Amino acid sequence: MLGMPCAHANASGMGGMRAAGDLVARLEMTRGMRLPQAKAYVAERLGVEPAALSDPIAMADVRAELGLGRVVTFEATYPDAPNAIEAKFRIAELLDLPINCVERFRRRAGIRERTTQTR
Amino acid sequence: MGDGSQVLMTRSEIKADLEEGTAAAASRAKVAPLTDSELDHLLDLYASPSRFTGVDVGDEVVLTYDGSGSKTVATRTQDLQIYEQMFGADTVELGTADYSFKAVKTILGYEAQTMRDAQLVLTVPLHYGAMPNLGLYSRPDGPVPNWSELLPLGRIEEARAAQQEAVEYAVKDMVQVADAMWEAGADALDFDTAGAAGDADFLATLKAVEIIRARYPDLGIELGMAGEFVLGMHGELEYEGVRLAGLWPADQMRLAARAGATVFGPAVTVHTGKSCAWNVARALTIVKPCVEEAVIPIHMNVGMGVGAVPMSNYAPVDAVSRASRACVDILRLDGL
Repeated sequence: MLGMPCAHANASGMGGMRAAGDLVARLEMTRGMRLPQAKAYVAERLGVEPAALSDPIAMADVRAELGLGRVVTFEATYPDAPNAIEAKFRIAELLDLPINCVERFRRRAGIRERTTQTR
Repeated sequence: MGDGSQVLMTRSEIKADLEEGTAAAASRAKVAPLTDSELDHLLDLYASPSRFTGVDVGDEVVLTYDGSGSKTVATRTQDLQIYEQMFGADTVELGTADYSFKAVKTILGYEAQTMRDAQLVLTVPLHYGAMPNLGLYSRPDGPVPNWSELLPLGRIEEARAAQQEAVEYAVKDMVQVADAMWEAGADALDFDTAGAAGDADFLATLKAVEIIRARYPDLGIELGMAGEFVLGMHGELEYEGVRLAGLWPADQMRLAARAGATVFGPAVTVHTGKSCAWNVARALTIVKPCVEEAVIPIHMNVGMGVGAVPMSNYAPVDAVSRASRACVDILRLDGL
C-alpha cells in the first residue's frame, strides 16, 4: 500500500475527492476526454483555474459550497452535507454528465425529476 | 534494480544505462529514441539521492487503480473507501481474487450486488476490473483443446482453431459480466492485462469492447495491456483488417479506441536484471509514440513489474515515485 498506491498518489495523483481528481476522472472515463480538456471542462464548471483542481485547500471550499462530497476525518465531519451517492447527484448535475448509479438510484427510489443544483 | 534490490551507481553509470535502455527500445520497437533533453531530465531524476520525488504542482494526472477493492485489509467495500478517503485515489476498482472474467461469471450475482452496495457509499468513480485471461478456456481448466500443448507438437491448425473457439467463449463471458455490472451501476469496466495469452486474447477483448460500447454508450471502458508487444500465439488473427500479432502500443491504442475504449493502458514489462534507469528509458521510448498519437486518454501501467516499477511486492517508494514522475514529465500522460 505504502509503496505503490500511496507513492503514486503523492508523486503524481490529483488527490481524488481531497481535490477534484474524481471529477476530472469522470470526464476521461465517460467521455474519453484527454487530460487538458477534462481539466479545463471541470475548472470551467467549478469556476476555478485548472491549476486549482489539485489544491486540497481550494477544492475543499469549492466542494463544500457545491455539495460535491468531502473526505471525512476525525477532525472534520460533515453529517449534514452531501456525500457519496448524495454528492454524485450533484456531480452529475454540475458536470452535465450521466452517472450510472445516480440514474438507477433515481429510478429505484422513485425520484422523478432531476435534483436542482443549490449553492 | 528491476527486482527492487538496492544498487549504488555513479551518475555516469546511470547516464549510460539510460542511453542503453532507450537505444534497446528504439531498436526493438523501431521507434525514435528519447531526445537528449529528455535523457538529461531522467538523469536528474534518477541520479538524485532524494528518497521521494513528484511532478510539478499543476501537472498532476488522474490515477486508476486495479486491486483497490480486493479485500486486502477489510471488506472489499471498506478497502475501496480506504483508497478514496485515506489514499486520495482519483478512481477505485472492485475486483475479485480470481481476477478473470471467466471466474467472475460463476459469482456474478454476488459481484454485482457488491458493486451496487459500494456505489451507495463512494463518491469517486468505481470500475469493475478483471482479466480476459484466454488461457482459462483451454483444457484442463476450460472446454477447448490446449493450444500450448498443440503448438509444440506442430499441430498448428488445431491450435489456431482452439484459440478461435476460446475467443467466442471469452467474448460471451466478458459481455455477460458487463451487462450485470452496468445494471448494478458501475461507472466503468477495466479490461486488465489484455493480450496476456497473445493475439487471440487481445482479439477477444476488442470484440467484447465493441459489443459493450454499442450497448452502453456512457459506460467507461479502460483497456489495459499485459505487455508491450502482442504475442502471435495464433499469428493470423485480425481486427478490422489489422493483424494483431506483433502490434506495439501505438497500434494497440488505435484499435482499442476504434473498438470503443475510453482509456487505454500501455504496458512495458520490467527487466529485473537491469537498473530502474535502464527500464524507465526503455519503457518511455516504447510508449512515447502511443501518447503522441493518442485519440483517447492514456493511462500507462506503472505498477508491479511494469513501467519501470520494480518486480516486487514491496516496491521501494524512491523507485515508484521516480517512475511515476518520469512517465508524466516525459510523456505528458493523461493518467497512470
